[in-house]
Amino acid sequence: MAWFSSRKAAKETLSEDIWMKCPKCDKHIFKEDWQNSHKVCPKCNYHGKLTAWERIGITLDQGTFVETNKTISPADPLEFHDAKGSYKDKAAEAMKKTGLNESVVTGTGTINGKPVVLAVMDFRFLGGSLSSGCGEKILRAANHAYDKSIPLIIYSASGGARMHEGILSLMQMAKTCAGIARLNEKNIPYISVLTDPTTGGVSASFATVGDINIAEPGALIAFAGRRVIEETIKQKLPDDFQTSEYLLEHGFVDCIIHRSEMKAKLHQLLSFYSR
Amino acid sequence: MSTIKELEKKLLVMSKTPELFDAEIRAIKSEIVSLQSGPKTRTAWETVQLARHKDRPTFKDYAFGMFTDFIELHGDRRFSDDLAICGGFARLDGEPVMVIGHDKGKTIEEKGDRRFGCALPDGYRKAMRLMRLAEQFNVPIITLIDTQGAYPGLEGEERGQAEAIARNLVEMAQITVPIICTVVGEGGSGGALGIGVGDKVMMLSNSVYSVISPEGCAGILWRDNKFAPDAAEALKPLAESLLKLKVVDRVIPEPAGGAHADHAGTFAALKSAILEELRPLKKIVPVKLTKKRFDKFSAMGIYNE
Ligand SMILES: [Zn+2]
Repeated sequence: MAWFSSRKAAKETLSEDIWMKCPKCDKHIFKEDWQNSHKVCPKCNYHGKLTAWERIGITLDQGTFVETNKTISPADPLEFHDAKGSYKDKAAEAMKKTGLNESVVTGTGTINGKPVVLAVMDFRFLGGSLSSGCGEKILRAANHAYDKSIPLIIYSASGGARMHEGILSLMQMAKTCAGIARLNEKNIPYISVLTDPTTGGVSASFATVGDINIAEPGALIAFAGRRVIEETIKQKLPDDFQTSEYLLEHGFVDCIIHRSEMKAKLHQLLSFYSR
Repeated sequence: MSTIKELEKKLLVMSKTPELFDAEIRAIKSEIVSLQSGPKTRTAWETVQLARHKDRPTFKDYAFGMFTDFIELHGDRRFSDDLAICGGFARLDGEPVMVIGHDKGKTIEEKGDRRFGCALPDGYRKAMRLMRLAEQFNVPIITLIDTQGAYPGLEGEERGQAEAIARNLVEMAQITVPIICTVVGEGGSGGALGIGVGDKVMMLSNSVYSVISPEGCAGILWRDNKFAPDAAEALKPLAESLLKLKVVDRVIPEPAGGAHADHAGTFAALKSAILEELRPLKKIVPVKLTKKRFDKFSAMGIYNE
């Protein structure tokens, strides 16, 4: 075979096939280990980003997921153009690249038999940004939980509001939170799982107001960007600033849970709900 | 091109069955606003500058100039008293209300103490405490929005800036007294929205309301904030755009020359608009009020399906 024609080529091919570098610690790790642990680095415990479908796969009981509102996709209400082109093209490209219609996938399913309404954000889709379509899907998921009295779980992974939709993206923060408010009134549990990264308009809306807030280890969870803060205040920031661990220390998340234990812990929490 | 008079006549006819003509009514109102503001000589960026004008009324000007009997109430009862958000009971044309707003301050010292109206979590929590107080006293809530955004800093992150704003978004959806929010200057992102969920949302005609500042947007999407004027154009933060997008219900024309040139005229215009909007809201029973507010925000957004 051609790729074994020289020792060097063989070694390179072999290494590309079985080795990879951890995106965080840069150490060489086995690809197989990375995949088997669902993208957690065996050397530094970095929790890599998962696609919405990968997340759904490791969270729900096999074959139970029923997707809802999958046809919702971005419009271009502002006819937005920036230096690099149009929002329309950018959105079309994101749809093609990810196979998704928006930055969140929603639906219903069970966790070890417990029914839940689930919304999972996907960072690959324009940085998981909160748009009109994304906000609508999250609101409808909350409304579904409200109508059926089923707990809601949202996995966040987002850089914040999608500024290409201008003020309408900002309004999704109020819209999604209005949905959460109704769950509060009916005492339906809402569990928010914050994953890397959860920042800006998503951290300042539904992601931080779970009845229970869970974070994955080492996730970036922030309101303002670190660079912005450094520029504004010229203050030295702590090393663990804006991480899951920092938020736990300051009282804003209930617990940090390793990816391998997440499903079991979610089930454990849901088992205490007996309304 | 129709004249304002013709448009107003159309509006009057359509207003008899508003449920049939919602989109048309908004389009006409938006057209009236743009006609009132004169020929289109001002760019979006120039309006942003106007919204930030140093002589525009600030919170205390409204509190003492537009309201009477204002009594300031301090503190979030958790950590501090953030002066970037100010509030208290007051009367508007004799009607008791709770007024809450961003305070940019007037003197150099005041501006410093108030971080130019950029609030900490403590400010948002104080605002919510006062809103709950308004609920207890059964008085409507009037909020005046004027901020570049929530303060980006170590202490804000440490004390949960994101959670404080998010909590307000949830709880403002639940408040059982009428809430009327008005952007009177800059409506900057989540820091504005944190006191911006209401039954009616209004804007002064030279104010702006945006998901991100033009400078911030230019820095990210143009890789250089000197493109802020382009970003301002693209973000469409002007009152007439927001009216069309159904984010605001009403645009209040500022006196000729702008709010900075005529405080008294601005107070008069805003006061009569608030009183007019308040009257029907006060007749709605609490559960219907929160349901309507939920429906209002549920309907926001434009997407394909
Ligand atoms: Zn690693």
